Amino acid sequence: MTTNANPSDETNGVLMQGDEACAEGAIAAGCRFFAGYPITPATEIAEVLSRRLPQVGGKFIQMEDEIGSIAAVIGASVGGAKAMTATSGPGFSLMQENIGYAAMAEIPCVIVDVQRLGPSTGRPTSPSQGDVMQARWGTHGDHPIIALSPSSVRETFDLTVRAFNFAERYRTPVILLMDEVIGHMRERIVLPDPDTIELVERAGTTVPPEWYKPYENFPLDVPPLVPFGEGYRYHITGLHHDERGYPTNRLDEVRPWLERVFRKIESSISDIMIYEEDEVQDADTLVIAYGVTARAARQAVEQARQHGHKVGLIKLSTIWPFPEEVVERAADRLHRVIVPELNRGQLALEVERVVGRHKVRRVNRADGSILSPDDILDAIKEWSR
Amino acid sequence: MKQQRESRVHERYLRHSKKFPNVWCAGCGIGIVLGAIIRAVDALQLDKNDVAMISGIGCTGRMPVYVDFNTMHTTHGRALAFATGLKMVRPDMKIIVVMGDGDALAIGGNHFIHAARRNIGLTAIVVNNATYGMTGGQYSPTTPLGARAATAPYGHIEHPFPIAELAVTAGASYVARSTVYHVIELEKFIAQAIQKDGFALVEAVSYCHTTLGRINRWGRAPDMMRRLKEQSVTVRQAEKMSANDLKGKIVRGVLTDRQDMIEYTKLYDQIIERAQEEVG
Repeated sequence: MTTNANPSDETNGVLMQGDEACAEGAIAAGCRFFAGYPITPATEIAEVLSRRLPQVGGKFIQMEDEIGSIAAVIGASVGGAKAMTATSGPGFSLMQENIGYAAMAEIPCVIVDVQRLGPSTGRPTSPSQGDVMQARWGTHGDHPIIALSPSSVRETFDLTVRAFNFAERYRTPVILLMDEVIGHMRERIVLPDPDTIELVERAGTTVPPEWYKPYENFPLDVPPLVPFGEGYRYHITGLHHDERGYPTNRLDEVRPWLERVFRKIESSISDIMIYEEDEVQDADTLVIAYGVTARAARQAVEQARQHGHKVGLIKLSTIWPFPEEVVERAADRLHRVIVPELNRGQLALEVERVVGRHKVRRVNRADGSILSPDDILDAIKEWSR
Repeated sequence: MKQQRESRVHERYLRHSKKFPNVWCAGCGIGIVLGAIIRAVDALQLDKNDVAMISGIGCTGRMPVYVDFNTMHTTHGRALAFATGLKMVRPDMKIIVVMGDGDALAIGGNHFIHAARRNIGLTAIVVNNATYGMTGGQYSPTTPLGARAATAPYGHIEHPFPIAELAVTAGASYVARSTVYHVIELEKFIAQAIQKDGFALVEAVSYCHTTLGRINRWGRAPDMMRRLKEQSVTVRQAEKMSANDLKGKIVRGVLTDRQDMIEYTKLYDQIIERAQEEVG
């Protein structure tokens, strides 16, 4: 995606909140249905979309709860619309069962979770990165998932577009893990020219209805999903199903499905992985960060360099699937990896799994305050001694 | 002769690619409701491509897989919420949502009242067998007071929901109740509900002879079917009866058929017009 800084264009150079950028990113991505339930700090996304969606012929509905919201989103997606919901921790917990349904039935949709401090009601207006593991394993059963986490207002716009593209390309729910700071923070940003934004549309089929199998395992890993109402009458279920979508208990039908849905994500890792490497070439210490924490980490790395520490940064935008190869490749050459997070150590578990516990230093905060560059800088200095 | 013709009607709507037999016990009322739905759709001459059938979880939740419509078997209690999203992006589709009493009124009770309140154009059909049949006869929101259930071994101490009356109060534009014994009437109500432009509910009172019926020794399927016949009175008969006489009775008929409400997606079209006028 490229930027087009045309100052005469009204859409360029705007002061915008992360939640607003998410809503505008959704519109730009082609989202035409939103269902949600008010919750701090994600409410602004719903408010903006209640105004913006009808302007572009889309539809907004405030449902009776978050369970109904994600259900309506899946229903709308089955009808052919690009669809999204947005919530925060408590609502994200309520949505988990139906996120599993979307994974099982392979229905494209985007779920935005603007993380706030938990558990339970926690501190609604305080930031957190406490839902990282819930994004991966919140719903029951083994399933693939994609989760993206932005660290600026502009990146929120971009990753919202990417989330829709991944959802449609891979027929999967995609989770956009924002945090309260990114959601509420205002930055002056330049939005891309709509014509330059790469959009992925749902694949159609050329086979006649009687041949159509919505869950065909070969030759494609992502069989096309034809919307309801277009002459391809088929069945969708949360039960394990055969290639036509009918419930099955046969192992020779369950296994190929299971293998395919993991394969469709794993074989496309290079497309899905979004990350930035900063000064990692000569580094002996690496900081791996995402979301709001990546902002502090970047500044800490810059300051540490000025002090002569050989430290680099990997800023992850894709956190699920975990970028094993990226981390492994970098960590092979490094002695130390620092993982700052606004939780008690969630993505650090993955880093430790890949590079070994002895190499990893966690920097955690889970009280609703954010990590400052100094917090991370202290860890760099302490460990470089 | 008539029976022969009807069996051919079913054949045109059942999925021949599906692995039969169905999951329901012999003598179950759910198949009777499905038959009524099929005949109603056929009588209305709807295009199968324009019909969606959406369900939740439970015995009734298994209904859509057998019929050749656009079908979706969703999560427990959420069928109306899934259907709401589909209806909003496909307002021209006829969406029939089939649920059991536990599905629609317990875990899905919130979606039930809000779908009715919104008056969104869905046809909700609740097969009320007063129990959770698939899991073995636990008490549901419509299990009668005093009955025994798999989870009420000492008798049930909760009062049943009057499903149809609840839908009237919540704001549905069409509400009717019949039983699986009164199958011609049931078919007529379902056809009216499908034609209604707004939220329409048909409560189909049924029974579960293999769980709740067995636990309470209410007899076999024909005995329970006979009881539906004996216990039911029409709306007109009920008007002349005292509250005491109405205890334990099933009131059959059209409870409401409002003409004064605009369907939700049509109202939303007005929102789109207003929003687009504003931006020019």
